[in-house]
Amino acid sequence: MSKYIFGVFSDEELVMRNIAPLRSKGVKIKDVISPFPIHGLDHALGLRRSRISICSFLYGMTGCGLAILMTWYMMISDWPMDVGGKPNFAFYKNMPAFIPVIFESTIFCAAHGMVITFYLRSKLLPGVTAFCPDVRMTDDKIIMQVEVSDAESEAKAASLLKEYGAEEVKEYGK
Amino acid sequence: MQHEALIREPLILGNKSIHDITEDICRPIESKPTKSWWFMFILASACLLWWVVCVSYTVGVGLGAWGINNVVDWGWDITNFVWWVGIGHAGTLISAVLLLFRQKWRLSINRASEAMTIFAVICAASFLLTHIGRPWLPYWLLPLPNQFGSLWVNFNSPLVWDTFAVSTYFTVSLVFWYTGLIPDFAAIRDRAQTPQRKFWYGLLSFGWVGNAKNWQRFEEVSLVLAGMSTPLVLSVHTIVSMDFATSVIPGWHTTIFPPYFVAGAIFSGFAMVQTLLIITRKVMKLEAYITTLHIDMMNRIIMITGSIVGIAYITEFFIAWYSGVEYESYAFINRATGPYWWSYWAMMSCNVISPQLFWSKKLRTNVPFTFIMSIVVNIGMWFERFVIIVTSLHRAYLPSEWSMYHPSWVEIGIYLGSLGLFFTLYLLFCKFFPVIAMSELKTIVRSSSLQAHREMHLHAKDHGHAGSTSAAAAH
Repeated sequence: MSKYIFGVFSDEELVMRNIAPLRSKGVKIKDVISPFPIHGLDHALGLRRSRISICSFLYGMTGCGLAILMTWYMMISDWPMDVGGKPNFAFYKNMPAFIPVIFESTIFCAAHGMVITFYLRSKLLPGVTAFCPDVRMTDDKIIMQVEVSDAESEAKAASLLKEYGAEEVKEYGK
Repeated sequence: MQHEALIREPLILGNKSIHDITEDICRPIESKPTKSWWFMFILASACLLWWVVCVSYTVGVGLGAWGINNVVDWGWDITNFVWWVGIGHAGTLISAVLLLFRQKWRLSINRASEAMTIFAVICAASFLLTHIGRPWLPYWLLPLPNQFGSLWVNFNSPLVWDTFAVSTYFTVSLVFWYTGLIPDFAAIRDRAQTPQRKFWYGLLSFGWVGNAKNWQRFEEVSLVLAGMSTPLVLSVHTIVSMDFATSVIPGWHTTIFPPYFVAGAIFSGFAMVQTLLIITRKVMKLEAYITTLHIDMMNRIIMITGSIVGIAYITEFFIAWYSGVEYESYAFINRATGPYWWSYWAMMSCNVISPQLFWSKKLRTNVPFTFIMSIVVNIGMWFERFVIIVTSLHRAYLPSEWSMYHPSWVEIGIYLGSLGLFFTLYLLFCKFFPVIAMSELKTIVRSSSLQAHREMHLHAKDHGHAGSTSAAAAH
């Protein structure tokens, strides 16, 4: 199992600026934990673009399709309602009246599907115990998580972190 | 990191650091409620109890307990439904539309106004459920297979569209709000001193860790939800207006209704946000975050949407005459001069005339005046729905059907009680939930706070750019 040390920073600009130089000096930065979203951090860390909006689009299409199927089945196929001698015989002719329901179902599925996917992918569920190297990670400190293999690399990474602006360097649970 | 132009006013006052934000927002949650909170809470829950009494009475004896009659069958109930649903529009507008327009001033007010949205939609839904007469059968509104053969809901009906729209709006607003709350619950969890608080906020925070991937997904989810909520919020009041506009009642059957209702909803929603936030910032000492700039911005929106509503009223009147339809003309002349003239003129003066006072910057930034205006606007918007419903219905096609409408004590009780329900939920929210989105507000401390502006000014002077309107600190 790999071992981690954590550099504690106060300034997000400092963190952003120093990711590349730290990495070039052989520091294995695994992650950065911050109390607020830092613009551009995902690029600086080289994370792949999130595909969650693609998921949302697919859920939306599913919702749209199901709503079309539902309105077609209930209003056209199963019981063509006859209003003033004009029964609902063709979906395309009656569809304008179904647009609000189709629209709402699309949004419903796209939004809820995306949020559920986000919770599951990010392992956010009631009862999950949070990974917490420092309680100030949700207050005002930015925590850089660095992987180390042995005592020597740990000492080297710790001194580099300090050199590049970390206020403290700590281990998990200490 | 983003930089602000020098001429912009700071959004956070009082030299707040990132840690100060956590302290200030968490303080009310971590300390005992104040006397004023208890006073308001007891008052609100007494009203809520009265709501329970009146709703139970209605369920027990049926809709005969109300003052509705053969022609005026919507009365106060649907007036209140439309009023509450309209109020429920500002929250999503602030969090979604202002996010898409990158308006940073939304950050201090979006959490509380989204909460307001959710509670207002709960109140609105309660009026729909009581109005169906048999509130123990609400699932009849849904297209479910049933024992009555091929009996489905009618998808041609705006009332069915409404079921879909209001329930989608409610649930999507709820998850949008909750997702934003998760990092803030985590902040309360991580600084919790008592085991109970650690447990409950740990449960509510879903084990949130603010690592890079989670924030990346969080921001993407927020942006996509905002993109979807924008047409959603517009669709909801559009569909509510179609409940009226697709009928053939003079005064309702007009194509102007959707935009006019949406503008009115934003108008009343922002007024309710003002009412709540002016009290909240005072009681919870949040003046450094919810500044007169925020109040000014919201007053501008109130003024613009109030003017749109005014144009709509005048257009309706003009078209009633220009169309040459005598039923339509009569409906409007009867509104302004008939037995309900007082409600029409209450609506006109509260909604059209009074917001024009906000052209004055002095009045826009005056907090007590804004508070009074926010109440005036909501009274006006209540009367708007009352005018639309009652004056159009009380003169039916047959003069023998003409009647007056008088609400019973039960209807008045349900309305007062719904205010109790709303304020009880809002007060609980203020006590247990972070009223300002901490994690989002922290992103602008270095660009839009008072001290950031001071630093930028100094920096600009050093480099001989004093007075420049470009982002001087950018490098």
